[in-house]
Amino acid sequence: MPGPTAGRATGSAPSRIPSVVWLVGPSVLLMALLFGWPMIAGIVQAFAGPEGFTLAHVERMVADPYFWPSVRNTLLLIVVLIPLQFALALAMALLLRTNPRFGGLYFYVWAIPLAVSDLAAGLVWLAVLTDRGYLNSVLAGLGLTPVPWLAFDNPVSLFVAVLVAELWRATALVLVIVVAGLQGIPKDYEEAAAVFGAGPWQRLRHVLLPLLRPSLQVALILRTILAFQTFAVAQALTGQNFPLLVGETYRWYTILQNENVAAALALVVLLLSMLTSVIYLRTLRQAQT
Amino acid sequence: MAEIRMEGLVKTYPGGTERATDDVSLDVADGEFVVLLGPSGCGKTTLLRMLAGLEFPDAGKITIGGEDVTYRAPQDRNLSMVFQSYAVFPHRTVRANIGFGLAMRKVPAAQIAQKVAWAAELLQLTPYLDRYPAKLSGGQRQRVAVARAIVMDADVLLMDEPLSNLDALLRLSFRAELKKIVQDLGTTTVYVTHDQGEALSLGDRVAVMRTGRIVQLGDPLEVYDRPADTFVGGFLGSPPMNFLPATVHDGQLSVAGHARPAPAHLQGHSGDLVVGVRAEHIGISGINDTDGTNGIEARVDVVEPTGSAVLLTTSVGAGPGPAVLKVSAPPTFRARPGDTVRLDLAPDALRYYDAETQLALEP
Repeated sequence: MPGPTAGRATGSAPSRIPSVVWLVGPSVLLMALLFGWPMIAGIVQAFAGPEGFTLAHVERMVADPYFWPSVRNTLLLIVVLIPLQFALALAMALLLRTNPRFGGLYFYVWAIPLAVSDLAAGLVWLAVLTDRGYLNSVLAGLGLTPVPWLAFDNPVSLFVAVLVAELWRATALVLVIVVAGLQGIPKDYEEAAAVFGAGPWQRLRHVLLPLLRPSLQVALILRTILAFQTFAVAQALTGQNFPLLVGETYRWYTILQNENVAAALALVVLLLSMLTSVIYLRTLRQAQT
Repeated sequence: MAEIRMEGLVKTYPGGTERATDDVSLDVADGEFVVLLGPSGCGKTTLLRMLAGLEFPDAGKITIGGEDVTYRAPQDRNLSMVFQSYAVFPHRTVRANIGFGLAMRKVPAAQIAQKVAWAAELLQLTPYLDRYPAKLSGGQRQRVAVARAIVMDADVLLMDEPLSNLDALLRLSFRAELKKIVQDLGTTTVYVTHDQGEALSLGDRVAVMRTGRIVQLGDPLEVYDRPADTFVGGFLGSPPMNFLPATVHDGQLSVAGHARPAPAHLQGHSGDLVVGVRAEHIGISGINDTDGTNGIEARVDVVEPTGSAVLLTTSVGAGPGPAVLKVSAPPTFRARPGDTVRLDLAPDALRYYDAETQLALEP
């Protein structure tokens, strides 16, 4: 008789919540509250006008004289910064892989910037680069003419200042990821490559880099997204003289008190981040099938 | 192809107190197959890695084909090697793995393709050429590692326990295959193993190592038959050589309470020594058999049929510590634990060792 059996099964089932709900539930809830809801609110805010949907905020954002320079600066920073950071981090990680004396100490010293808040890092570099800062003091002491590094009419040195500060601050993140990735690669592969005639460059190109690909992919996506969000360092060093997208968002929100345009700018950052992530994931996809 | 000379190689690893290799000298002739055999930690792998250039010695000299390569980088030595872990590149297809060394040496693509096809055919890898190593079995990966090594036309072929990660059956069949491949190539080969069976079956010569030194170097049968000391006798062979305490007095050798005239070269000797004898060289008969032997009486403790033989663990003599003898009897021999048997130690099967130094007392 199927009746009673089915009845018992359906009778006990609803009272039991599957364990998967307990496992995934909290993080889904948190993501929805702290990430999903603000994002939707932001999107709504960017396109909401007194009479419903409007593109007025987006038009206002684009018409602002600082908008295109901030897009240009952000992209320029990423294009120059990221390759430099990866080259540096890779070189540092490879040095550590040779097990030098005090290698552990170097690693910790190199990782210190990770623990420094970005605004503090910006202020430190400001102290170095400002008109009467450490760098100019040294130059004066050597009998050289001090340079106004952070002057608004000197865009190249402004850019270089932000670049150097960001390089110092954020290369450690790439380093940590690459070091972790390298630790997962057995030495045997390099040794085999060496025995079979590969020199140091060939070993790097044909063995280490391909095996590091998953780590590099993670580091690249993380670093690029974070670079789109570069804010505090540039703000501390240059104020509005070197506008970046997130800095502009901040300006619209606090100084100009226009939440709608600020939301539109935040959306631009989000779209750019998503676009590059997709491009990275597609171009770096493992060829293993 | 080339001959190898190693002279006085000393290596101590940083932080280590013992020498990994202690003044090792070894010559390998052109085209010869030499096996380095020893327990783990004996320095055999260190020696191979110094040959490969993956470690540099603290002292000593290595020449390959007359050229001093002691401190030369691995990529400048024209070697090839099979690694214990295989070290087959996971991000390259089987084809690209086999051709790796040739590609690094900038060999033209057509020539690489030809060599890869040849090696793949030889090692039955042709159907797998476009697969990635993750899709291969352990045995197939091993074949890729060997194929990658043999396409190189290297001066020297190095192998670091290449069979140790295979299961027993595969190891046995691939051993014979490997021997034939290397024979046909004729490359000078140095092979490291801790497996005495592999060493005896593969090598033209076997170098038995212990605590950083070569304790015996010779052709496999000689090393097996005439171990230079009790360590070699105890390491080689399955079961290992039996050792019995013995004494010589007035030209009489006394083993396990059984006296006989001492061999000529021990006539002048007097005092304690150790006698070694292989399990298969001990004659055995039932206690009631009347073939007139005046052998040693022994009690059977354990009977282990192995198929091709019956392995008996026997104890000889009474007293505080009866000597234990492993005897390999014909498969038809029947005995039960507790039985008494008669063992015949033929004089020409006995090897004599100094009780103090454990070194062979040869004529």
